[in-house]
Amino acid sequence: MKKTVQELLLVDNIQLNHDNFKLVLQAPTKLPQIFPGQFVNVEIKKATEIFLRRPFSVLDVNYENNTFSLLVKILGRGSKVLTTYQSGDKISVIFPLGSSFTLPDKNDRVLLVGGGSGVAPMLFLAKICGLKPENVHVILGARSQQDHIDISAYKAFGNYYFTTEDGSLGEKGFVTHHPVFSQELSSFDKVYTCGPDLMMKAVAKEAADKNIFCEVSLENMMACGFGVCLCCVEKTKEGNKCVCTEGPVFNINKLTW
Amino acid sequence: MVDLSVRIKDLTFKNPVLTASGTCGFGEEIADFMDLSKLGGIVMKGTTLKPREGNDYPRMAETPSGMLNAVGLQNKGVDNFIQNIYPNIKDIDSQFIVNVNGSTIEEYVELTEKINELDKIPAIELNISCPNVKEGGMAFGVSCPSAEAVVRAVRKVYSKPMIVKLSPNVTNIAEIAKAVEGQGADAVSLVNTFLGMAVDANTRKPVLSTITGGLSGPAIKPIALRMVWQVYQAVKVPVVGMGGIMNATDAIEFMLAGASAVQVGTAIFIDPTIPVQIVSGIQSYMETHGIQSASELTGSLQI
Repeated sequence: MKKTVQELLLVDNIQLNHDNFKLVLQAPTKLPQIFPGQFVNVEIKKATEIFLRRPFSVLDVNYENNTFSLLVKILGRGSKVLTTYQSGDKISVIFPLGSSFTLPDKNDRVLLVGGGSGVAPMLFLAKICGLKPENVHVILGARSQQDHIDISAYKAFGNYYFTTEDGSLGEKGFVTHHPVFSQELSSFDKVYTCGPDLMMKAVAKEAADKNIFCEVSLENMMACGFGVCLCCVEKTKEGNKCVCTEGPVFNINKLTW
Repeated sequence: MVDLSVRIKDLTFKNPVLTASGTCGFGEEIADFMDLSKLGGIVMKGTTLKPREGNDYPRMAETPSGMLNAVGLQNKGVDNFIQNIYPNIKDIDSQFIVNVNGSTIEEYVELTEKINELDKIPAIELNISCPNVKEGGMAFGVSCPSAEAVVRAVRKVYSKPMIVKLSPNVTNIAEIAKAVEGQGADAVSLVNTFLGMAVDANTRKPVLSTITGGLSGPAIKPIALRMVWQVYQAVKVPVVGMGGIMNATDAIEFMLAGASAVQVGTAIFIDPTIPVQIVSGIQSYMETHGIQSASELTGSLQI
């Protein structure tokens, strides 16, 4: 898939909770196919003190309007300034970047586990994976109820479960404490996860122990996003691999976790 | 119609804009974004005799107007280059230059001998300035005797144009430039990255796995420009200038200070189309200022 640098039009910027925003960007020409797990690298010109682009994974694509949306969680100066952009602003974006999750086979039963900004590719995958909703199970974890976002637009594509560390929404604890994970893990054919490293490692370990297919999407720091700076490498069983081109999605069997 | 071409020894570049080693892969990685034949040249990712895994993650730290890297010459080795990369690039109409690295003089020589066999590689850039490897690299480029020794040894086995890439982490870069010129370097390219460091105050740890790394980007531009100017006055061979070039104006400044050609590096990370934008920017500048040939720009600083 050809990567391009394009000036995109910000057509919507919706605040989802105290620190999560959905930015909808429109391309002037037909969008290429974009799959869950793929990401884009965004220039945040208004944040003059930052030098490099910032990568964000894609939350959703609308090919009719040539728009895609990003889930932007405020983590630092770059993401904070990006959330202040308004409809009508132009934003330079390099896309589409990286690999995508392996789509499930049609009779698979899948478990999607997301946390933080890693919720975005999980919701996108639930939407487009093509399975019957009863076979799609999604666990979303956050610190507290206020850190979760409204997922009602994705409700029709699967079954959703929530965990919070303080018990304010859903099951109290981490995603791995949810009974769907802790008791039913063996019933899934494929497990997909994206979120904080510790969360993904916990999910990956359990899946590996039970010999279940599991893919994770990594968020290593990167400068370029298209495989030339070699800064975002992850140690794999086959040596250092660029997360931006050979990932961000990796099968856990390839990692040294 | 202005003439953008420039020459280093008997090698002609269609324009003075090259991409810098370590910022453009082997060309293929940036081919989605541009027609590679619009570039004057492509200096490919630093290559070693044997494959190298490079340093541990994290290898990058963003800094004010720049970044630190500590990649450590990760590459699959020269044999992989010859078998798997060279066939794909050899017919592209630009100058593909191999950036040659070694831990020992013998490695530099053996690698250069292999590159010498490749008809479509018109030149090498001898890297004696990588700050991110434990052995070799910058160690060769920070003293005149060791820089001379590498250049002398490689010169014996390589008669095509040899550009020697210099480290800025020295007391007097012009002395090093003169030393390598004396051993037969056909051109010098400068600057490689400045040794720097980033600290995370919250974790009280260094940001990079290697503690120190190489600083690049606009943060280093004024120092790089000064060094190009000093070296231009000290040597007769062409100077290839680089260090924080983000646009055509930056590139022209380097040429005015004495560069015959420039390399664009870190800017590619932010926008891989910048090198071709710089080519057209230089062309417009020449048209506006009535300059017929790009080579007239070199060293034409008015003092």
